Amino acid sequence: MIKAKNNDYTQWGERRQSRMFTRGLHLDIPLLLAIIILSTVGLAILYSASGQSEAIIMRQLMRLGLAFAVMIVVAQIPPHHIQLWAPWAFGLGLGLLAAVLLIGDEGKGAQRWLDLGFFRFQPSEIMKLAVPVMVAWYLADNPTPPSLKNIFIACLLIIVPVLLIAKQPDLGTSILIASSGCFVLLLSGVRWKHVCIFMALIATSAPLLWFNLHAYQKARVMTFLNPENDPLGTGYHIIQSKIAIGSGGLYGKGWLNGSQSHLEFLPERTTDFIFSVFSEEFGFIGIICLLALYLFIVIRGLYIATQAQGTFTRLLGGSLILTFFVYTFVNIGMVSGLLPVVGLPLPLISYGGTSMVTMMAGFGLLMSIHTHRRLLSN
Amino acid sequence: MVRQRIKDHIRESRIFNERAAIALAIVIIMIFVILARLVYLQIISHEHFTTLAEDNRVSIVPIPPTRGLIYDRNGTILAQNVPAFSLEIVPERVADMDQTIQALSEIIEISDDHIKRFKKQQRQKSAFRSIPLRTHLNEVEVARFAASRHLFPGVEIEARLVRDYPYSHLTAHVIGYVGRINVNELKKVDASNYSATHHIGKLGIEKFYEDQLHGTVGFKNIETNVMGRTIRTLEQRLPVPGDDLYLTIDIELQQAASKALGDHRGAAIAIDPRNGDVLAMVSQPSYDPNPFVVGIDSKSYRALQNDIDNPLFDRALRGQYPPGSTIKPLVGLAGLENGKASINESVFCPGWFSLKGDDHRYRDWKKEGHGVTSLEKAIVQSCDVYFYDLSLKLGIDAMSDYLAQFGLGQKTNIDLPGELAGILPSSHWKRQKKGLPWYTGETLISGIGQGYNLTTPLQLASATATLASRGLHSQPRIVKAIANSRNNEPQPVPLVQQERHHIASDENWEYTVNTMVRAVHSPRGTARTISHNIPFKIAGKTGTAQVFGIKQDEEYVKEDVAERLRDHALFIAFAPSDKPEIAIAVVVENGGSGGTVAAPVARKIIDQFFLSKSK
Repeated sequence: MIKAKNNDYTQWGERRQSRMFTRGLHLDIPLLLAIIILSTVGLAILYSASGQSEAIIMRQLMRLGLAFAVMIVVAQIPPHHIQLWAPWAFGLGLGLLAAVLLIGDEGKGAQRWLDLGFFRFQPSEIMKLAVPVMVAWYLADNPTPPSLKNIFIACLLIIVPVLLIAKQPDLGTSILIASSGCFVLLLSGVRWKHVCIFMALIATSAPLLWFNLHAYQKARVMTFLNPENDPLGTGYHIIQSKIAIGSGGLYGKGWLNGSQSHLEFLPERTTDFIFSVFSEEFGFIGIICLLALYLFIVIRGLYIATQAQGTFTRLLGGSLILTFFVYTFVNIGMVSGLLPVVGLPLPLISYGGTSMVTMMAGFGLLMSIHTHRRLLSN
Repeated sequence: MVRQRIKDHIRESRIFNERAAIALAIVIIMIFVILARLVYLQIISHEHFTTLAEDNRVSIVPIPPTRGLIYDRNGTILAQNVPAFSLEIVPERVADMDQTIQALSEIIEISDDHIKRFKKQQRQKSAFRSIPLRTHLNEVEVARFAASRHLFPGVEIEARLVRDYPYSHLTAHVIGYVGRINVNELKKVDASNYSATHHIGKLGIEKFYEDQLHGTVGFKNIETNVMGRTIRTLEQRLPVPGDDLYLTIDIELQQAASKALGDHRGAAIAIDPRNGDVLAMVSQPSYDPNPFVVGIDSKSYRALQNDIDNPLFDRALRGQYPPGSTIKPLVGLAGLENGKASINESVFCPGWFSLKGDDHRYRDWKKEGHGVTSLEKAIVQSCDVYFYDLSLKLGIDAMSDYLAQFGLGQKTNIDLPGELAGILPSSHWKRQKKGLPWYTGETLISGIGQGYNLTTPLQLASATATLASRGLHSQPRIVKAIANSRNNEPQPVPLVQQERHHIASDENWEYTVNTMVRAVHSPRGTARTISHNIPFKIAGKTGTAQVFGIKQDEEYVKEDVAERLRDHALFIAFAPSDKPEIAIAVVVENGGSGGTVAAPVARKIIDQFFLSKSK
């Protein structure tokens, strides 16, 4: 018996060793590979969009390194620990959001940053993870599909931080966080009847929301509706972005050859509008490949969620990956003129730190969910 | 309890998988929405956006051609381009124009006129075109601006070539000047060829030869970034400079003519009768054309306009004067050629002439009369009565027809703009213009160059040249040769047209020329004052044109008449009389007597002409 077991060991030795390695690090290889490919593409396009600035590439590499480190660290945390910390993390996030409103730094006309002396960060980033974690925690504690009362409480858990963030004001992030919470609710099996009632409520409160928007937010929506109205003002971004994308054509102008971006017609081309640079240089074919990569990640994420063994991990995993897709969709939608410009980066590609770290922490959670399965069942 | 949990767990898992599947379906649908949008942008509207991207990227900058130079016949430069600094503003790049101009005026002198002119151009030009606010900055101003230029985005100092006329007043009426293009002028030219040009010929040669002088605009396709800063030049087509013109004018002769006229108002023109070359053409007083190039201030312009001497008026081309007695040799020749006069016949001049059955007395300038007068005497002493008689014999229409051959009453078609035609009256002309029949009395006064007769000094000079060349009419011209950038050697301009008169007898012509020689060289000739010290013979004829009508039996006393009502003094001449090389017409406004005022001007021109020829 023992011998046989030993035989098994030697037979499966090599494969097992590599499995042991990733298992030991709690990483999901398909997801990891897709993320690495996507961030490599991101670096290439950032190199072009930044006007071949090595300094920017170095900074982005450092952020990527930090983000990967965070991902790996988060992947080590077993999901049940996270489940335990959920209310604390959520409470801390709410407190910090309140602090931002009171003492936050203003950056670009909006109060989003909290200065901790050695380190400035956006508490809303914490909430990107804390809200779905909290809602999943709350719903998993009770049988699903949730009762109306539970749905109501879950909604409160979502709305409070969303309103605090919208007040900063940061429309893009608050929409993302709201949708991440809603995804948890939807995945938990909320009855379609309730979903319809909820939608109707939103529709009726839309006018109320409109009057509470800041002038620049209203301008963005108006610009979205008719960008040519103000070609040198607010509509400029969208017009130039559409020119960049459209002039890319089927095959693109080739890497480093996008005239719109290199001649600085395209604003914010390293951050929110980096997709336009990509489209200009790699064309429709390139976009199909890029979207295929994103779709692969989404499918893998959903697969991980369906394989999860507990309600909490299932709901959390599903919500995280769908939020990732919303990110992607909103960004591409806004630069191609389908959606208003709300100021969201393209995940894993746009230049910028905090949101990438949060994103990778989310992937860390997904990997943790996947790689801690058996241990749980044991 | 445990069963319940497990059952729940399976159910929850099933619900979740169901929802995840729906989510995936929605994700795929959304990806297709994105793809549909990108198909629209990148494939269906690809061309549209490519064009927009090119528009963004490439801008075409026109390069102005260098304006052709103008030389006199000996290669002395009369119009050139000199670099000058100007302060220019691109309106598009200035947020608050009034405030910017206000701030600029604190370091550089800017008058209301400059601002007014700038505003006017601003309305006419697109906002991204640079518009000069001030020109001819001096070095101190350039330095002062350079020190604070960071305060003025969109404001630049430009070094431009500015037209300059070194001879100023002397050539103003001939060469004219260039000035800022206005909307109407832009409509008349190929606007794209003028896209970089700020100036256009307004008068004189600058206007007439605008097409040759201007050249062809060049283009630079430059790639710009969003700030409009040039990244690189993609391609360029260099401008073709304008053609250089060589005038028939001899600037030294021009100077001599101007000096000879002195402070008088009037015109003096010298033509080479062999080919119609205008050697000198002076209209006095004149003006400095240089301020007009950069834009003359309204005060100075008003002063010029309101000047009683009318310096802006080109008397040589547009001044219309009764030719007076200068017409007599031509009328005499008309009589001879038509057989209405003969060398041997004489007329008695009692000092007046009257028509049959009319007691109106047509007076001779010499109250006591010239006595028995032949044609020769009539020309030498300028007897009016002889010509009253001769014109009556000729009749107005025969006389008019003959004089028309000398170009009177018609434009000479010189290559200059704005020429007037004068009037050569005939019965047909009067019926057409005035709707009235011709009266015989009008024939008489037409015969001595008064009445309806009006000629420009240029016409007079051209007619004199035709007489001098014994009937060979050359159209006067002012440009002798043109040099373009393809062939640097000036190419002579072919003579436009030379017409030979129908001549009945050469003797009639020689006789007429001879009477004119005697008008200068005989002791009783009206122009005897200029006959001294000359190795060859000058043929000439004085004339006096009435400004102020005097009544019957009233004496014209020069001293009593106010200066501006005095007669115009005229003189025509050519020399040497046997082989003429120069023909001259001089008009001195209110000069009084042709012999004493106008003839010496011609003599000085002739002297200079032969002096420089002998050199």
